[in-house]
Amino acid sequence: MSEKIPAKIRLRSIVDKVYQNAWDAKERGEPVGWSSSKFPAEIAEALGLAVCYPENQAAAISAKHGGQRMCEHAEALGYDNDICGYARISMAYAAGFEAEEKAMPQPDFLLCCNNICNCMTKWYENIARMHDIPLVMIDVPYNNTVEVGDDYVQYIRGQFDDAIKQLEEISGRKMNEKKFEEVCANSNRTAKAWLKVCSYLQYKPSPFAGFDLFNHMAVVVTARCKLESALAFEALAEELQENVKNNHSTWKYEEKHRIMFEGIPCWPQLQPLFKPLKENGMNTTAVVYAPAFGFAYSNLDELMKAYCKAPNSVCLETGVDWREGICRENKVDGILVHYNRSCKPWSGYMPEMERRFRKDLGVPVVSFDGDQADPRNFSEAQYNTRVEGLYEVMEEYKAKKEAK
Amino acid sequence: MSNIQTLLSAFDAIAKNPKKQLDDYISQGKKAIGCFPYYVPEELVYASGMVPFGVWGKTGGKINLAKEYFAAFYCTIAQLNLEMGLDGTLDGLSGVIAPSICDTLRPFTQNFRVACPDIPFMFLAHPQNRKKEYGVKFTEQQYNKIKIKLEEISGIKITNDNLNEAIKIYNENRKARRRFIELAGQYPHIITATSRSVVLKSAFFMLKDEHTKMLNELNGLIEASPIEPWKGKKVVTSGIVLDSPSLLKIFDDNQLAIVADDMAHESRAIRVDVQENTNHPMQALAEQFGNQDYDTLLYDPELNKRPGYLVEKVKKSQADGVVIMIMQFCDPEEIEFPSLKKGLEEAGIPYIKIGMDQQMTNFGQAQTSLQAFADVLSTL
Ligand code: SF4
Ligand code: SF4
Repeated sequence: MSEKIPAKIRLRSIVDKVYQNAWDAKERGEPVGWSSSKFPAEIAEALGLAVCYPENQAAAISAKHGGQRMCEHAEALGYDNDICGYARISMAYAAGFEAEEKAMPQPDFLLCCNNICNCMTKWYENIARMHDIPLVMIDVPYNNTVEVGDDYVQYIRGQFDDAIKQLEEISGRKMNEKKFEEVCANSNRTAKAWLKVCSYLQYKPSPFAGFDLFNHMAVVVTARCKLESALAFEALAEELQENVKNNHSTWKYEEKHRIMFEGIPCWPQLQPLFKPLKENGMNTTAVVYAPAFGFAYSNLDELMKAYCKAPNSVCLETGVDWREGICRENKVDGILVHYNRSCKPWSGYMPEMERRFRKDLGVPVVSFDGDQADPRNFSEAQYNTRVEGLYEVMEEYKAKKEAK
Repeated sequence: MSNIQTLLSAFDAIAKNPKKQLDDYISQGKKAIGCFPYYVPEELVYASGMVPFGVWGKTGGKINLAKEYFAAFYCTIAQLNLEMGLDGTLDGLSGVIAPSICDTLRPFTQNFRVACPDIPFMFLAHPQNRKKEYGVKFTEQQYNKIKIKLEEISGIKITNDNLNEAIKIYNENRKARRRFIELAGQYPHIITATSRSVVLKSAFFMLKDEHTKMLNELNGLIEASPIEPWKGKKVVTSGIVLDSPSLLKIFDDNQLAIVADDMAHESRAIRVDVQENTNHPMQALAEQFGNQDYDTLLYDPELNKRPGYLVEKVKKSQADGVVIMIMQFCDPEEIEFPSLKKGLEEAGIPYIKIGMDQQMTNFGQAQTSLQAFADVLSTL
């Protein structure tokens, strides 16, 4: 039997390749783009344009402890420390402050889609000014209803068509229908495989540590239109199937409790975040990225709708529904909410969501203050106390249940 | 002069007591619709026979109940709007229109909708790609959704005729307010920063024809007065809202005349008129939004128009400097600050940045900064 490369390694190399591809393009004198994570990646991919992802870069820099340094550079440029940490890191990098933690070529054009937040609009405008480069803007207004109306679809479609024209000009190539369809098919296949991977969290005990999803997400963000991503996620799903069969898991500890981790993790503090969870046997079996990145569509109108369904662009009810859905499926018995100082749109729904989770799911909910990128907004002591508190209440609930 | 003072006192009374205004309208049998910031097409409310009532937080307010919905790191204007919904201040309203254009307003709309279920709620999405045909169409579609709800609440149909009439009344009011802003800059010895603010603020609590009538009278009286040389300095203000009497008093005490502004609550709200007497007044309203620019909240397709616009404003109004009021936790304003700063520096215009929020009670720092700024300007 030939040695199989573990899916984890394959996934990591896909992300590396995305950035290598951008460096190579730069070297050949081809334009390189920077894109927000939920810009319709299908267009640039079909036109063969090299693209990097500032959010992914900022997360990587933060995880390697460069977040505070870059944030401080941004502050010295006049950006308030109140602004999203990803934006601060990215604007500092664009302004010329280096980050060996995760270098990427400077942009020649920008792809901005503000479905996740309006901060994106202004962040990308700032970078476009610094480099005097074109900005392709797809605006997805916030939606107050569960359904996405035709008005949204038409409006986004109009911008989508304009974006294609702009990018044809930037790339010097014409959009090839067949290529576009192929890319869309890959994107759907990746989404499906991603959801399949996520669905393994429903097994009890889980065949993997849910925190792994935060790492794999990089692939969904940077390479969802590539066939190899779909293949790697499919391979991962097979491994997980094996794990279920053999009672294996990448969660190396007892699985006493299963929780949802709400929000983006504090990248600078991954170790401290993980520590009390593993010590108390609390596996994360639900993260909202699962449903939020599972884009599937079968025609262009549905594609427009899919891009309307991002975290922070959907109404409260949809947001609650996504989360409660995975909490139920994945048999969660407690919820840990990250009040992420960086992300105003996200954290702004959390108090109401907490109430709904408690009422609808009957599980304890505990929150802590932190930040996805700026380490100054996290207190390990507070976090540990809160996790401890959650653990205790979950134990209590469990004892009560068992006594019944 | 005495007439001017009488009019200013009347504006002052209205600006200071919106609740009374609201109660008065209600006792006249009118319905009022709360209009949260930003860019609410108030003309629709007016055309439906109701009173558009601006709700821009509450200067000097306290956040208490809203803490159940927002962590501490949200701007006070959004939190206080919710607070007023929760504590009953907004009870007299027959509905509210809530735009969702910034990252705080996104969750605000949801929080308000669930926290105040008794107040009929009208959600408003604005497009950022607002200039192209598809953007104008989207705006029109959103305005139509509001229109249907307003008609339900008021029982009055919004027709092309009454909408065209409302547009005319609003254009007249915008014109009067713009004129007043110019006059306030030319006659700072008559119009202090404090009285300038109450005149502009009262517009949010009045039917616009009533406001225009009073304001045109005031403008006429000011115009008829002799211009006197101003011994102090002249500034342009920029930011979201500056209506705190304590803050404005610091301007007055230091003889800093506000000769023009780039405030969301003032000039940004009245910069663009709507085309009158068209067969498609709704489209005209949507086009007006398409023509809005130079705002931290709006996508700028030309990428850097705002600093130049402000520099121009400073030159035209012959101001000596710019006072940038940064609302705490307002990321659109904060993220656009460095570009503005660069633009002002390149043009050699002195500026100062002052942090503020609507709950503020201690103005010591603002006092020190503004005083120092006034001193700097005098040495130039
Ligand atoms: S963390 Fe939140 S505010 Fe920052 S870029 Fe992401 S969605 Fe936007
Ligand atoms: S624009 Fe700024 S002040 Fe206004 S609601 Fe948004 S965050 Fe608050």
